[in-house]
Amino acid sequence: MSQFFIVACSVLYLLLLFLIAYWVEKRNKKNTNKSWIYALSLAVYCTGWTYYGSVGRATTNGPEFLSIYLGPSIMCALFVPLLRKLLRICKTQRLNSIADLISTRYGKNYTLGVIVTLCCVIGIIPYIALQLKAISASFHIISSQHSPVHIINGNNDTFVIAAILSLFIIIFGTRSVDASERHEGLVAAIAFESIIKLIAFLAVGIFATYYLFDGFRSVFNAAKEAGFDQFFTLNKGLGNNDWLAMILVSMLSIIFLPRQFQVSVVENTNEKNIYRAMWLFPLYLFLINLFVLPIAMSGKLLLGSSVSADTFVLSLPLNFNQPLLGMLVYIGGLSAASGMIIVETIALSTMLSNHLFLPFVFSLQKAKFNDEKSTVHKIIYSRRTSIILILLMACCYNKWIASSTSLVNIGLISMAAVAQFAPATIGGLYSKMITRQGAITGIVSGFLIWFYTIIIPNVVDAGYLSTDIMLYGPFDIFWLKPQALFGMSTQGLLAHSFFWSIFFNLGLMILVSMCTSATRQEEYQAELFVNIYKYEGITGGPGMWKASAYLSDVSSLLTNFIGKTRAENLLSSYAQRHKIPLTNKEADPRIIDFSEKILTGVIGSASARFLISNIAKEEEISIDKVLSIVKESQQVLELNKELKKKSGELTKAKGELTEVNEQLMRLDVLKDEFLYTVTHELRTPLTSIRAMSEILCDNPEMEEEQRQYYLEGIVKEIERLTYLITQVLNLERYESGRQKLHYAAVDISLLIKDVLSSLETLIKGKSITVEFIQPSSMILVQCDEDMIRQVIYNLISNAIKFVPENAGSIHIICRTDIDEMQVWVSDNGKGVPEELNELIFDKFFQAKNQTLQKPTGSGLGLAICKRIVEMHQGRIYVEQVLPQGAKFVFTLPNS
Amino acid sequence: MKKILVVDDDPYILMSLEFLMKKNSYQVMIARNGTEALETINTDRPDLILLDIMMPDVDGYSICKHVKSKKELKNIHVVFLSAKTKEADIQKGMDLGASLYITKPFSTRDLMKKVNEILV
Repeated sequence: MSQFFIVACSVLYLLLLFLIAYWVEKRNKKNTNKSWIYALSLAVYCTGWTYYGSVGRATTNGPEFLSIYLGPSIMCALFVPLLRKLLRICKTQRLNSIADLISTRYGKNYTLGVIVTLCCVIGIIPYIALQLKAISASFHIISSQHSPVHIINGNNDTFVIAAILSLFIIIFGTRSVDASERHEGLVAAIAFESIIKLIAFLAVGIFATYYLFDGFRSVFNAAKEAGFDQFFTLNKGLGNNDWLAMILVSMLSIIFLPRQFQVSVVENTNEKNIYRAMWLFPLYLFLINLFVLPIAMSGKLLLGSSVSADTFVLSLPLNFNQPLLGMLVYIGGLSAASGMIIVETIALSTMLSNHLFLPFVFSLQKAKFNDEKSTVHKIIYSRRTSIILILLMACCYNKWIASSTSLVNIGLISMAAVAQFAPATIGGLYSKMITRQGAITGIVSGFLIWFYTIIIPNVVDAGYLSTDIMLYGPFDIFWLKPQALFGMSTQGLLAHSFFWSIFFNLGLMILVSMCTSATRQEEYQAELFVNIYKYEGITGGPGMWKASAYLSDVSSLLTNFIGKTRAENLLSSYAQRHKIPLTNKEADPRIIDFSEKILTGVIGSASARFLISNIAKEEEISIDKVLSIVKESQQVLELNKELKKKSGELTKAKGELTEVNEQLMRLDVLKDEFLYTVTHELRTPLTSIRAMSEILCDNPEMEEEQRQYYLEGIVKEIERLTYLITQVLNLERYESGRQKLHYAAVDISLLIKDVLSSLETLIKGKSITVEFIQPSSMILVQCDEDMIRQVIYNLISNAIKFVPENAGSIHIICRTDIDEMQVWVSDNGKGVPEELNELIFDKFFQAKNQTLQKPTGSGLGLAICKRIVEMHQGRIYVEQVLPQGAKFVFTLPNS
Repeated sequence: MKKILVVDDDPYILMSLEFLMKKNSYQVMIARNGTEALETINTDRPDLILLDIMMPDVDGYSICKHVKSKKELKNIHVVFLSAKTKEADIQKGMDLGASLYITKPFSTRDLMKKVNEILV
């Protein structure tokens, strides 16, 4: 295949990427990336290493290669809460890199940002170099008709590839100064690349399995017959321990590799995207690994060891005269490698620029940013320089350092490097106890051990150092041998390195954290990180800045970094959303906080904090105060809810009270009336007694007969008075509950007859017909005889009172059933209106309703009856009698 | 000789007042209820009425009102004798044009003095 054709195809492919990115950017003004694009962009995880190297690794180590895909799949499926929390924090604080995340968590610390950035650069550059190498090598394989034995090292054409890619990255990666702003077009291009590499790999897989062989079974059988045991066992090559180490390392790398952080966190617009990626991304990994073993087997079977296993993917179609398939595979490989380079470079350049270059530039200038254009340019140039620098370093690495290390190994080395961020990050997300010093110590020690146990052996391999250090340890200290620290020699290089680096990282981090205390700024950030969900929906977020910055300063600072129009738009829309007036001279604390976040998106949190502190008179409020403010606003919400409930309860209680009060007032009025009635009742006999006594006194000459008459009158009226007073006192006693009942078996019929005979005079006087219907047998009831007598007496004398003279008739019935005994007293008087059926038993009823009639009784009779019957657990009520009259009934229980 | 009408449904009070008035040389008429009282007023006009208020048929207020509304009866003095002691009841009686409102129980000596004063 002619080189020109291949170059043309490559350039065309890259141009296609340009077009996709450009088109998406143009079209998609709304910041919404679709969840499947998100999931596909995560597949940037599968690099040229996956594409070519998995087959290589499978050829020597069998199914072990799967472990680095198992890790991310487990992470995706099981660690959604972690990813979601990370995402939420980065979005609210506008963080745009792993370095920014860690430095922000530990008080927006410069040093940590620098350390993390340097670790990333050192750890990742070889990885990028590897991708460049993959592109260059595949180019050489496809362009030369014969199959090369080895991937050609250190070719100058990696520089050309790097140059083209850097152009693409600069155009789409540094379009805006705000690094936290998403690169929609770029992400779409990455997703497209993921599709291409999958299709290409599946194509070659199907070719190898179904064209060269008759399917999976036939390939596997052939391999078995040829005696390639390594495909079926796990013990070959690196040890068992590496399995676990690889799974752990790859689990962490899905978050901490700068490119993964970039696509999964920075470029993500919606938390919900995670939920689709949860199954789509593992599915992708499954598909792309489906044919790794068949390809490795058929390569081994058909090409033998004359061809490097890393190139099987490409060599198979070429050797079997399938140039077009070969071309597709080449393009797929180009996709895998370029995708990784693009995203990784953007992520690294942001870190490099924000944490190394810009702080340096700002400190040189003492924060004088008067010229908006020059500041923006400085930032963009700084980032572009970083991009070029990174790719240049990768090329240099290729040219001078790259050893014979297999593709897979370099990938693992990088992953192990970024895994060092895990303790500080995950610990910082869930615990507030880890301090800045602890994080620094942990990361630095972990990274140094990583370097010593992984890089040094590689450097020795490349011949730059004597092998003595490997065999006898440095200065002949045997327990410091890079591959057997403290005498612990495992079979796996990776497992050994990972164990010791994480051991020291974690251990020292916790140890140092326990010995040091966090600054206020750190405590504050720790609270925001650990309890991120608590601060949901709190307006503007709790600010650390207490007033004292001029609004003009804040807005001009923003203008310098993001341009006048954008600064004004952002500020005014934020102010509108939170109803903050922009007319005051002093900036609202929320505005300052918001501006800091905007700046964080552009230049990283540490620099943003630095710049803001330059214009704001620093008056940090204590963490306790901030927390109490936050708590207050939460409590206010809860309090509101509680208050509403309480208020409801109070209203109800008030209603009840009003009712009770009204009842009391009614009772009070009734009591007054009762007293009035009682005294009124007393007045009449008193009047007679006084008048008659005075007459007797003043008229000694009165006739004896007349005198006798007066004296008898006085006696009668005194009796009347006594009766009245007794009744009042009785009622009072019954109501207070002081009255004891003296139970005895009483013959009710006898009692009624007794009462009737005592009332005989009155009955005869009004010529009333009385009919007493006696029961067939004697009724005995347990009751207090004297009291029940009062009831019967009152009811009958009431009836006598109300029946008409001469035509009156009273019927008395006494009957019994199992439950109760009943006595009816009915008359043909004027009856009781239905609405008064209850009221007439009130003790004061008469007073209220008979003001114009002189009451002939005390007005207490029915009240007393009711009280007595109730004391006996009986009932008393009145009914209408047709055509005229009232029927009073009282019952006594039989038991 | 001045004529006095005594109206009360309590027989002992009625009897006592009758005795008192006679002893003080007045001509006495008695009524046991409101209806009787109205009849007597119309047929045999008294100079003064000793009037109870709470009676089963016609109450004292109505009788007073009747007396004071008739031109030929207007000059009859009305003295209420009642167990109703509330301020409002007393006021009501005075408003109807009564000469006096005496609450029960009363002193017969005071009553006599006042009646004598009115009828001088």
